[in-house]
Amino acid sequence: MAAESSTHLLVETLAANRDTFLDQWIRVVGGDLQGRLSTAELGRELGELYDSILAAVTEGGLDGRAEQFDEARSLLIELSRSRARQGFTPTETARSVFALKEVLEPALATDEQGARTYLQFARLLDDLALLTTEAYIRTREEIISSQAEQLLELSTPVVKLWDGVVGVPLVGTLDSARTQVVMEKLLQTLVDSDSTHAIIDITGVPTVDTQVAQHLLKTVVAARMMGAQCIISGIRPQIAQTIVALGIEFGDIPTNSSLADALRQALTEIARDAEDDVKGLL
Amino acid sequence: MKDYGTAVATAETVEVTTSSDVVNARQVVRTLAQRGGLPLVHQTKLVTAASELGRNMLIYGGGGVVRAALVADSGRSGVYVEFRDQGPGIPDIETAMQDGWTSGSGLGLGLSGAKRLVDEFDIATGEGGTTVRIVKWGR
Amino acid sequence: MTDRVPVLKIGEILLVSIQFDLEDQTVLDLQEDLSNRIVATGAKGVVIDISALEIVDSFVGRMLATNASISRILGAETIVVGMRPAVAMTLVELGLSLNGVRTAMNLERGLKLLRRLAAGRA
Repeated sequence: MAAESSTHLLVETLAANRDTFLDQWIRVVGGDLQGRLSTAELGRELGELYDSILAAVTEGGLDGRAEQFDEARSLLIELSRSRARQGFTPTETARSVFALKEVLEPALATDEQGARTYLQFARLLDDLALLTTEAYIRTREEIISSQAEQLLELSTPVVKLWDGVVGVPLVGTLDSARTQVVMEKLLQTLVDSDSTHAIIDITGVPTVDTQVAQHLLKTVVAARMMGAQCIISGIRPQIAQTIVALGIEFGDIPTNSSLADALRQALTEIARDAEDDVKGLL
Repeated sequence: MKDYGTAVATAETVEVTTSSDVVNARQVVRTLAQRGGLPLVHQTKLVTAASELGRNMLIYGGGGVVRAALVADSGRSGVYVEFRDQGPGIPDIETAMQDGWTSGSGLGLGLSGAKRLVDEFDIATGEGGTTVRIVKWGR
Repeated sequence: MTDRVPVLKIGEILLVSIQFDLEDQTVLDLQEDLSNRIVATGAKGVVIDISALEIVDSFVGRMLATNASISRILGAETIVVGMRPAVAMTLVELGLSLNGVRTAMNLERGLKLLRRLAAGRA
């Protein structure tokens, strides 16, 4: 009974004073954001939000999780996303929602019934403001993961070193997601450039543990199954010590301490094969 | 492993009774993987796993049913595949999951190998038959 | 009735180009056909082109390895050519490394390799 009359009072107040409230709301938020958003844009955003909250309260009462609030919620998520992209802090975005409380307080909190209504409405706005923070975090996470992906692509350039030789200088820590990308790119480049030799240079890899060694081994075996030879270069003394200390079996994988040596080895093999091919034709 | 029961409702179904059905099942899984936007290597791994498990089901379970469906979870999409037979079941599942274990004609890479190729793997076996469920996610 | 993979003879070389997704019986038939043809033709080399194969599972992988061993006993070297990168990565993960199987990037390189092998240079 009390809840119903609260809703009723709220709907009436919100509907009757729409333009005045909206005006004040825009002014409070605009003051907060210190002109970083145009009044027209702010007016459009807050106007849509005001109307959808009003509609939702009219139909669904004061439960912010009710389905009547779907539209209001998606507006808020959209608002939060665009603010996040424009560089506003989540606090600023949440405050935009809270500001509506300040606007309504003097109009509602005149008697006991009004105060109760105001508190319930404040609780609703708290819920909705929390939503913007959540959406903000999610947007940031999306940005981070897409950047991580870009970084992954950027950090593994496969380059052609010579006719028939491609190379990839690895820099930084190798995890399995990254190794997967390197492997894929390296093997595909072998096919595309019709190369028979691949050099993986690990000068820039700080440590080689069992897992990294496993990844390197897998790449070498996969290349071999495709008919290519994989040489690992840039093994620093400490890494050689670690490999031996860990008892990692590098088997018959060709290794070199420098990229230059690895390239020389590849070219020697290519030259030998080419010579044989010529002799074979004669 | 999560319950993907709802996905099975919309699943594509292939009855496997001959080795050409295994080829069919493979193609159904590949089409789904392409539709789900899985990167090529993930597609290849999934289809290869499906091939191993489909063959296992045919040889040791006397055939069965393969169901495959697209699934989604926290923003990523993947492919769920289920292999269900009414065979005698696998008596010692822990041994069977080990590399190199084979009851006969295989290389012993079927179960353990397939498990390595996918992101989620679940096997339930008993006298009523064996059910293997796998999921491969996009990147 | 299953399809059979054709085995073509070019000089002393047998060429097998797998163009469609193989079912297990076809794989077994191919294995048998190949060893029969090696003996019948006295071929010195076999090239198996798998560039069209989108997957190679343990069954096909094992066929490739067995074929290499059988043909070696029969006096012919086998070269598997054209394995796709995704297939190679999958085989490694599956635990198969095709040790003992000679490979080349493509048909042309495979034929060159056979020539070098025949001359005792590889």
